[in-house]
Amino acid sequence: MFTVLLLMTLGIVLGYLTRNKSGAAKYLDRLINAAIYLLLLLLGISVGSNETIIRNLGTLGLKAIALTTGAVAGSVGLSYFTYKLFFAPKE
Amino acid sequence: MKNSLIIVGFFVLGILAGIYSLLPEALLKNDLSAYALYVLMFLVGMGIGADKKAWEVLKSARLKIILVPLTVIIGTLIGVAFISIFLKDISLRESLAVGAGFGYYSLSSIFISQIGGKTLGVVALISNISREIITLLGTPLLLRYFGKLAPIASGGATSMDTTLPVITKFTGKEYAVISVFSGIVLTILVPFLVTFILKF
Repeated sequence: MFTVLLLMTLGIVLGYLTRNKSGAAKYLDRLINAAIYLLLLLLGISVGSNETIIRNLGTLGLKAIALTTGAVAGSVGLSYFTYKLFFAPKE
Repeated sequence: MKNSLIIVGFFVLGILAGIYSLLPEALLKNDLSAYALYVLMFLVGMGIGADKKAWEVLKSARLKIILVPLTVIIGTLIGVAFISIFLKDISLRESLAVGAGFGYYSLSSIFISQIGGKTLGVVALISNISREIITLLGTPLLLRYFGKLAPIASGGATSMDTTLPVITKFTGKEYAVISVFSGIVLTILVPFLVTFILKF
């Protein structure tokens, strides 16, 4: 997995160095989208051919949404204090 | 939003192809996805590096703006850690990894399914998609009760692109920069945090 992080870092550096060759940006977006489509198709295929996951898709969904509720509540709750303490206009 | 639908469409198409075994076994045995992920991450990196607006926002940012992504990270992890108490078969570490997707569902689900297994990958996908949807629909309410940073916090990594229009519309232009900044920082951190959480 560290290979992946290294590749991403390398990409950031290379992208930064070539940032003024703006013609490439359009193709970059399309390539990224194509890679994401391919990867999610593959993830879908391996999920679809895995009976255990398919049988439990409903429960997995519920757990996922429970986690989201926690994530949103936690971050929004904390952001209230950050806002009040550092960002809100003082009265 | 259109792009999100296409992404979900490909995932559903894959599931159907998998259920009805429409594809030759050889395609599954080859670990094509690992190589595709290498390519994707390199390209995502290049996209971030080449994003001039992103660098401008990063440069012009005042110090306290860093508090925003920090708030999102800490708040999210505390929130999912709490929920994980009630989830029998998802460990604290796995819950934290799902939370560390910060709404960046395409990347985090792929990443997590590679390190933490397909099942967790599916949880990450559903969880992080719903984070984006909650933000798109809930921004006016979040704003009213929890202040102007709330929709940015809820949006997580998506606050730099997919949820930015709705956030800007309700919080005003001066919060657009904060929103983009927080989104960029979280987007870059997703792969690092997920790896860190699952590997250590």
